[in-house]
Amino acid sequence: MIAIIDYGVGNLFSLRSSFSAIGEDAVVTRDRDRIRSADRIVLPGVGAFADAARKLSDCGMAEAVREEAAAGKPLLGICLGMQLLFEKSYEFGEHEGLGLLKGAIRPIAEVIPAGLKIPQIGWNRLHLLRPCPILSGIREGDYVYFVHSFYAADCGESLIATTDYGAPLTAVVSKGNVFGCQFHPEKSGSVGLSILRAFCEVNPC
Amino acid sequence: MITKRIIPCLDVRDGRVVKGTNFQGLRDVSSPVSLAEYYSSHGADELVFYDITASAEGRKLFTEILTETARRVFIPLTVGGGIGSLEDFDRVLKCGADKVSVNSGAIRNPSLVGEAAKRYGSQCVVLSADIKRVNGRFSVFAKGGREDTGMEAIGWIRRCVEEGAGEVVVNSIDTDGVKGGFDLPMLAAVCEAVSVPVIASGGAGTIGDFLTLFRTIPGVDAGLAASIFHFGEVEISELKREMAEAGIPVRTVRNA
Repeated sequence: MIAIIDYGVGNLFSLRSSFSAIGEDAVVTRDRDRIRSADRIVLPGVGAFADAARKLSDCGMAEAVREEAAAGKPLLGICLGMQLLFEKSYEFGEHEGLGLLKGAIRPIAEVIPAGLKIPQIGWNRLHLLRPCPILSGIREGDYVYFVHSFYAADCGESLIATTDYGAPLTAVVSKGNVFGCQFHPEKSGSVGLSILRAFCEVNPC
Repeated sequence: MITKRIIPCLDVRDGRVVKGTNFQGLRDVSSPVSLAEYYSSHGADELVFYDITASAEGRKLFTEILTETARRVFIPLTVGGGIGSLEDFDRVLKCGADKVSVNSGAIRNPSLVGEAAKRYGSQCVVLSADIKRVNGRFSVFAKGGREDTGMEAIGWIRRCVEEGAGEVVVNSIDTDGVKGGFDLPMLAAVCEAVSVPVIASGGAGTIGDFLTLFRTIPGVDAGLAASIFHFGEVEISELKREMAEAGIPVRTVRNA
């Protein structure tokens, strides 16, 4: 069973449906026992970093996610959920994240050429840098759906794939049992479903 | 580079697609769910469901259809039609919509765009504007294009984007249904005025019209159409192949 962490941000209908579509049982929950008994965890998220980080802490889910990740359970952060995995974010100030991955969240405006629209909204290609279990079914240049104004910088060895939006932007990260996608696999058609399927086959560390 | 999006729009009344279709191999041509699955598997980058239901029962049916579509189709889904309040946003977002398009609702209640953007994020709020030339200027129309609001369109769009609209659909009443091509001067004027994604609607008749659109106005992010897709006059896979050949960045779907 997959536990999709419910901490009061965003719409999780499509995410849960996408797991159903690949024959996986997913629940949206903030129940510690269910999260503990889940085989893997998904951390979703849309909106502002500071607000999401606060909600995640306030409902005790930050601690739960950290514990489960430390225990080796596969964890997938999606969009803002991916950004929350990092040490900190410079989105409207400076805010602490979960610190599971090294790096910081910065505005894409700092690196992309002037004149490109912000947020990046739409389908863009994946450029694969390192092998990663959740990308086992993915080919260089496959398209996925992005909606974001910030990106993960200085990811070091955990940088797995980028996308080119006038500059290379972090698209996929991973370190051990912790994975993150800046794009929305649940909105990326068959390519996205293939990533979710591969995540469901990752063994705990 | 980010790709130009192709978006079919499905008008839904009482749970059925209003404009008929003539696809071979589609069992139920007026089922929004079947049609959405068909488009998704043939390369549509996004779908718009437009609710043109007047009755409460029809509205309930619409949300059921939406839910069923969101269970089966995994590309972005925008919902419009009859969105006049935050409760309406809530209703369709809970059923699996990713974005909500507001038109007359924003004209009646100008604070709606700002309030919705604050609650759900700008990425969720799409301003849809029906625009027609009146006495040499672009005028915003309400109620499905039947009523001239007297408001100047570019100023209206700019204001809504400042309030938090994350995308703008420009529907030219002047070119809509004519199939003579998109309204390039109107689109150029909107692209000049705002920095959020602009979606062109109204006027597409052929693949060539899309090529002209994206070549002439680089600021346009997406092309939206309804009947030409429904009637198979333009096949999305063929359209995308020709866009790619013309050097326009476009998502091609590989066979799994």
